Amino acid sequence: MSPKLHALKAAFPYTIPIWAGFIFLGFAFGILMNSKGYSPQWSILMSLIIYAGSMQFVAVNLLTSAFNPLNALLMTLVINARHLFYGISMLEKYSGAGRKKPYLIFGMVDETFSVLCSTESPPGVDKYWFMFFVTLLNHIYWVAGTALGAFFGAMVSFNTKGIDFVMTALFVVIFINQWKPQQQHSPALAGLALSSVCLFIFGPQGFIIPAMLLIVLVLSLFRKQVEKGIKI
Amino acid sequence: MTLSVQQSLIIIAVVSLGTIITRGLPFILFRNQDTTPPYIVYLGKVLPFAAIGLLIIYCLRNVSLLSAPYGLPEAIAILFVTVLHLWKNNALLSIGGGTVLYMLLVQTVFG
Repeated sequence: MSPKLHALKAAFPYTIPIWAGFIFLGFAFGILMNSKGYSPQWSILMSLIIYAGSMQFVAVNLLTSAFNPLNALLMTLVINARHLFYGISMLEKYSGAGRKKPYLIFGMVDETFSVLCSTESPPGVDKYWFMFFVTLLNHIYWVAGTALGAFFGAMVSFNTKGIDFVMTALFVVIFINQWKPQQQHSPALAGLALSSVCLFIFGPQGFIIPAMLLIVLVLSLFRKQVEKGIKI
Repeated sequence: MTLSVQQSLIIIAVVSLGTIITRGLPFILFRNQDTTPPYIVYLGKVLPFAAIGLLIIYCLRNVSLLSAPYGLPEAIAILFVTVLHLWKNNALLSIGGGTVLYMLLVQTVFG
């Protein structure tokens, strides 16, 4: 068996827990995009080249409000800021991946990171091909789910009013999952509270950037207090 | 579609670029974990929590508490998602169930 095929076979079982979630959320994303008038090609393009679950749902909102690329860039940087932390954790592991390294970095979504940071490749398997295939398989699930949802949405017509709530529900679930193992809840509460204050002051169109700045400022000022009890 | 084809492509490209920056920057800036400034490590740890709080408020930004239905469909559905998730701890069930309930609410009871 070639080293590549061997690595693919070793990688597949690690991606089984991921696939159902990616197909489901990708499906929801495809339907949502379709309900906003974007044909399947658009959804598939986004899942291929953006490949960031939460951010793609936010991008649907960016596509359906006034054209503002700078705002879009800043939002992407803050929402995906957690990836900076993933990158820092993976510096050692990805060094030496050679030509596969750019793709490993591009495809470092939450779920792929959580598998790769906690898993050593099985003995006798090329570790870089192993990491490559875990990343690739997850990417394929995401694009496949998106395509299924987008074509389903385009063929079956139903009342999609309220379907945007899938994004709210997703974030509420992530919020709870982050909350449970933590003793230090102040960053999560700061996110909710400071954003609410900014929404009240600046209104729905302009609150997001002030909110991001205020969050970074407050978390920086109270760093000593916040750092106590943070678990990752 | 609200935006033109060109504008849509620009937004998608910018979001893709921003995502690549957040994923790739550490590999350009820092050679290994030991040389990463502690302040950056700290922000990387705490921002994910705050960002999700921010995103929840972002999702609810157009909900009016002062006019009918006073944010009731959102409140009911969020409560449902929370209870269901704490009970069953199944993300797909919580997200799917909550979305279906919300769609039923805004299409029938509050329609």
